[in-house]
Amino acid sequence: MVLDCKHVWDCISGYLDDALPPEMRDVVQKHLDHCEICSAVLDSTRNILILTADDVIFELPVGFSERLHARLDQEMTG
Amino acid sequence: MIASILAGETQLYHELIRPYERSVYMMALSYMKNEADAEDVAQEAFLKAFHHLASFRAEARFSTWLVGIALNEARSRLRHERYMRMESIDETREDGAHIAPGILRNWREVPSEALERKEVREMLQKAITSLPDIYREVLLLRDVEELNNVETAAALCITVGNVKVRLHRARMMMQKQLAPLLRNINPKRRWVPWF
Repeated sequence: MVLDCKHVWDCISGYLDDALPPEMRDVVQKHLDHCEICSAVLDSTRNILILTADDVIFELPVGFSERLHARLDQEMTG
Repeated sequence: MIASILAGETQLYHELIRPYERSVYMMALSYMKNEADAEDVAQEAFLKAFHHLASFRAEARFSTWLVGIALNEARSRLRHERYMRMESIDETREDGAHIAPGILRNWREVPSEALERKEVREMLQKAITSLPDIYREVLLLRDVEELNNVETAAALCITVGNVKVRLHRARMMMQKQLAPLLRNINPKRRWVPWF
């Protein structure tokens, strides 16, 4: 089986999760080995997800924990 | 610890929730789009979790249960304030239609140092918060909170199949939105044209 680029893009999420069936993964891998564009799409997607998951993207506001626990104390004792 | 809290040692609740403060706040922020409302939603979610702690079932992960409460609180708040965008499932493509990705090369290195720049952090925040709700919540739970497909499906009351479809589309939307922007951040890298 030979895949074109659009079919490979449909498989990128499953490829990143290592969730493709073995035969499909082999076919996708062969395409990636020879297609610079799809290989770049895969790498950029992976790296964007790594950046997205970084803790610094959604930092807690200053004083968040203190305000939260003060309110909890108020509710729990009230 | 939960049994002790339910038995009356309520102060232990502070310790129970500390590891999840950021997760709950992040989910709230992704819906409310501003820090003040997100903090309010997060506080309400933690309070509701405390008051309903007896209904928590040990077979679920506490984090999944908490995030589910935060999601419900945010959705409820948005409905109440009539901020909810009318994005029905029908209007949102889940039919496997192709999303052509943004094309860039030389991304084999992980550019974590880029996150030191405020503009890059804001760009990523904007990309996440601008995703349609059904894609954003799956992306956050799977790729940020690192829940698995089954846990994500349980938290959102959807099927595992829907989790997979939405996750794929969310990732490709992020890639398509961010690739050309990151090109400007890293002008020294080589780029190829968009399709």
